[in-house]
Amino acid sequence: MSKVTYIEHDGKSHTIDIQNGLTVMEGAIQNNIPGIDADCGGSMACATCHVYVKEEWFNRIPKKEDGEEDMLDMAFEPNKFSRLSCQITVTDDLDGLIVQLPSKQA
Amino acid sequence: MIKTDALIIGAGPTGLFTAHQLKLIGLDCEIVDNLDKIGGQCIELYPDKPIYDIPAIPECTGEELTNNLINQLKPFDIKFHLSERVDEVKKINENWEVKTNKGTIFLTPNIIIAGGVGSFEPRKFAPKECQKYEDKSIFYSIKDKTIFSGKTVSIFGGGDSALDWAVELSSNSKVNLVHRRDEFRGAKSTLDKVYELEKAGKINLFTKYQLKAVKGNGNLKSIDILHDNKDLKTLETDFVLGFFGLIMQLGPIANWGLNIDKKTITVDTEKFETNQKGIYAVGDICSYPGKLKLILSGFHEGALAARACFKLARPNEKYRFEFTTSSKTIKNRLGVKGD
Repeated sequence: MSKVTYIEHDGKSHTIDIQNGLTVMEGAIQNNIPGIDADCGGSMACATCHVYVKEEWFNRIPKKEDGEEDMLDMAFEPNKFSRLSCQITVTDDLDGLIVQLPSKQA
Repeated sequence: MIKTDALIIGAGPTGLFTAHQLKLIGLDCEIVDNLDKIGGQCIELYPDKPIYDIPAIPECTGEELTNNLINQLKPFDIKFHLSERVDEVKKINENWEVKTNKGTIFLTPNIIIAGGVGSFEPRKFAPKECQKYEDKSIFYSIKDKTIFSGKTVSIFGGGDSALDWAVELSSNSKVNLVHRRDEFRGAKSTLDKVYELEKAGKINLFTKYQLKAVKGNGNLKSIDILHDNKDLKTLETDFVLGFFGLIMQLGPIANWGLNIDKKTITVDTEKFETNQKGIYAVGDICSYPGKLKLILSGFHEGALAARACFKLARPNEKYRFEFTTSSKTIKNRLGVKGD
């Protein structure tokens, strides 16, 4: 289990215990966190699980694989801390991770 | 008005196989899809990605799967209504009257919604005021390119659509190409052409910029674009084009009186019927305890929904279960010779 904090666009914060091995997207969906749609179910095909990773965490999570940056072109208001949450797998190293959610996904 | 035994909404894999099942048991059907091509998410989202969990097919791409399903429908005459979105559904006695955005009207006892995650719509710009200019100065697809002649056009996006149109329009218009990063994901040959045209002064390239604001009164006058490093630039422009791909939206389905839970439609697992008699939901768009969002589940759901349609389409006949391997009737429908 690792703690992940999701901060909604309006500032509302949710800290959830997520089983290692699940993705940050799956953790959000299973716990009904508003603001992550995940239309394609995690196949990196839709950019509706877009999050902004808190700056101090950004370089601590594994780098993007091919294709994620291309999908982020489609995301709503991406910035340099943008990631697709379906591509971030929760591990002990990420215990305490903080992600912020965009104002909408599309 | 088109009368049919069943109307399928969505031409993805589930919709296609459901059509096959309907035709096998002797029912007519027609298919409506908002995309301009057959295949749904398989064709729009991952045509080249391999899929490994279709029963009896060790590996195939989204495009191959779609082509195989279309081939499987070859024995049948099925009318597709592409680039059409179903907008309204109304109960008229025992039938449903279904209207599309192009004015096509269907009358049918059965509607099977195989709509994936909804209909594909273009992704739009973030700033709210963009809405005011939509279809006047801001476009997400191009119907008539002649309107851009002699004007300044600012194109946003990094894929093939953005690059292709930048190249194409640069011969008769002043073109700004704006993208959120330095890398483009479009075809290399087109990208080379873009760089060539940039050198020749035909295209102005702005990378690491995104649209911040649009300005004008009635007519679009200029846009503000913001660099990653917060540098703000104002570009005078007559038109803005955005090519950010497509997004799936539930759209009008939400207004048909169906029980909806988190963008999916609640169904039973006997007929895959919704809370409305004669309206079924199959594939990714339906939900029930234990639902798996797999293509193979969609096939199963479609097969059962098709049998349920029989009752309403042929109230005076009794449905008889038959195998394709042995039924003469089915072989006749498939146009294959019995042995």
